Amino acid sequence: MAIVYEKSKGLTDTPFHYCPGCTHGIIHKLVAESLVELGVLGEAIGVAPVGCSVLAYEYFNCDMQEAAHGRAPAVATGIKRVHPDKVVFAYQGDGDLASIGTAEVVHAAHRGEKITTIFVNNAIYGMTGGQMAPTTLVGQRSTTSPFGRDEAHCGKPIRIAEMLATIDGAKFVERVAVNSPANVRKAKKAIKRAFECQLAGKGFAIVEVLSTCPTNWGFTPVKALEWLKDNMIPYYPLGNFRDFEEEK
Amino acid sequence: MAKVLMKGNEAVGAAAIKAGCRYFFGYPITPSSEIPEYMAKAMPEVGGVFLQAESEIAAINMVYGAGGAGARVMTASSSPGISLKQEGITYCAGAEVPCVIVNMMRGGPGLGSIQPGQADYYQSTRGGGNGDYRTLCYAPASIQEIVDYVMLAFDKADYYRNPVLVIADGMIGQMMEAVEFKDREKIELPPKDWATTGTGGKRKPNKVNSLYLQAEQLEIHNKRLQQKYKEMEENEVLYEAYGLEDAEVVCVAYGTTSRIVKSAMKLAEEKGIKTGIIRPITVWPFPYDVFKEIGPKAKGILAVEMSGGQIVDDVKIGIEGRLPVYFNGTTGGMVPTPGSILASIEKIAGGTK
Repeated sequence: MAIVYEKSKGLTDTPFHYCPGCTHGIIHKLVAESLVELGVLGEAIGVAPVGCSVLAYEYFNCDMQEAAHGRAPAVATGIKRVHPDKVVFAYQGDGDLASIGTAEVVHAAHRGEKITTIFVNNAIYGMTGGQMAPTTLVGQRSTTSPFGRDEAHCGKPIRIAEMLATIDGAKFVERVAVNSPANVRKAKKAIKRAFECQLAGKGFAIVEVLSTCPTNWGFTPVKALEWLKDNMIPYYPLGNFRDFEEEK
Repeated sequence: MAKVLMKGNEAVGAAAIKAGCRYFFGYPITPSSEIPEYMAKAMPEVGGVFLQAESEIAAINMVYGAGGAGARVMTASSSPGISLKQEGITYCAGAEVPCVIVNMMRGGPGLGSIQPGQADYYQSTRGGGNGDYRTLCYAPASIQEIVDYVMLAFDKADYYRNPVLVIADGMIGQMMEAVEFKDREKIELPPKDWATTGTGGKRKPNKVNSLYLQAEQLEIHNKRLQQKYKEMEENEVLYEAYGLEDAEVVCVAYGTTSRIVKSAMKLAEEKGIKTGIIRPITVWPFPYDVFKEIGPKAKGILAVEMSGGQIVDDVKIGIEGRLPVYFNGTTGGMVPTPGSILASIEKIAGGTK
C-alpha cells in the first residue's frame, strides 16, 4: 500500500502541548517540511521564543537555542555570524516579536541578517493567559483590555510585515494565514521561499503567519478560523510585500 | 615576546584575540568604547567578526547565540550597559553558554558618572541577574593583569561552561602600561559537543536552553550548577597577600584602589606602622581563607573601594567577627588618596608611634 502521508522528519516524536484547534502545529509542520524538502534539516539551527511556542526546541528535529523574550533575532544573528553556511531561523510570536522584541527584529532586518523569521500573529498573548498584544484588534477583548482594545488609550494594532517591508535589508516579506487548506498551501510556499532567500544569501526574510488562539479568544476551533478570516485578514492583508527576485 | 605599551581597553581586545576570541558584539559606552573600537579594526585582520549591536541587550543575546554555537565570544561595556546585559548573562549561566564579559566600571547609580568606580561589586559577585547563579570574576590591577586574566577568562569559561566576568575601573581602562603577551599553560578543555552547529543528520539535535518546566528537573539542573560553582570556589580563588603575619592593620582592596593602598602602606611603614594587604584577584570566588593568616598583632581591617563599601560584606565573612572592619571609600570619579588611606590606617593602629 502506498504511503499517502507521513509526519515530517523535520519534527521530533515529542507530542505538541498546544491547545486543541491552535494553529501552531500546522505552522511547525510547514517549517519542518520546508527544511526537509530543501535538504537542509541537518544544516538548520533554530531559535525558539518565549510564548506559546517556547517549547519549539522540543519539536523541531534540528539544533535549537531557546532565547529570552523578544531576543530571538539577536540570538540568531550570533549563531549565523558563527556559522554563515548554516540555515538559521527564528520562530516568534506576536508578543515576542511585535512588542518586547521590536528593536531586535528591526535591526536584524536592517543589517540584512541572513536569517529566516517565522512570525506567528494570533493577536493575543496566549501563554500568559490572553492579555492584549500589540497586534490585538481594536475592540477585541482580552484580559488586559476587558472592555475591548480602545484606540484612544493604546493605539491601533501594529502591522509588522508592512513596517519591515520598508527596510532595505529585508529581502523577503510576506503575510499568510493558516485558516483554510488553500491558505495553508500558500503559507507553505512563502515559508519555503523565505528559506530560499537565506540560502541565496540575499538578506533578512520574514513570513508573518496569521494564526488562531481558540482558548484565549473564547471560540471553538472552527469559529476561531472564521473569526480570523472575518476580522484579522481585513486589517492584516495577506500577500507578498517584498520578494528578492524582484530586485535587479 | 617584547613588551608593548598599551591602553587598558586596547589590551582587553588584544588579549581576547590572542586567546582565540573571534566574535565580539558590543555597544559604545564611556569609559569602555575603545574596546569595540579596537575590535572593529582588529577582528577583520584575523578573520573574526566585530558587530555593533543595536543595544547592550541585543549584544549579549548575540553573545548567547554565538557562544551557544560553539564560538569563543566576548562583549564589553561599562556599568549601566552591564545592567542591561544582565538578562543575557543569566540566560548564559542557565543554559551554560561560555562567554567573557568585561566591565570597565564607572560611577553609579543610574547614569552616575563616566569616571572610574567600583560600585558594581555586588552585581559582579552575587550573580547579577535573576536566579541562583555565579560568575567567575577577575579584578585586574594593571594592564598586564588585564592581558593575563582576559586570556585566562576564555579558558575558564570553556572549562566550566559558564560566563566569566573581568571587572576593572575606568582608570585601568584608560591608562597605558607596558605589557607582555606571555605563552600560557595549555588547559585541557572538554569538546564543545553540546553546541548548535547543525546535526548534519549524524547526531541527535543539541539544545541550548535554560527552561525546565518540571520542578524536579529544574532542581536537578540547579543542583548541578551549584556543584559547579562550588568547584570554582575550591579551585579558582586568586589573590595577592603579604605582611599579614605581623600587621597591625590589614588592608583589603582590588583593582586601582589596591595600588593606592600599597602607596599608603609605604607611608605607614615610614611612620613605623606595620601593615599587610589582601588583594583579591578573583572577587568571586572571594579569598575568604587567607584571612586566617592574619597574625595576633592586628587591630583591625581596612577595606578600601571606590564605592559605598560593598566589599565590606565579604571582608566581614572572611574575618568571622575576630576583628573590627573599617571602610575608607569614595564613589564614582573620586579616587581615594594615599594620605586619606594613611589617616585611616593610623586611626586603626592607634595613632602614629
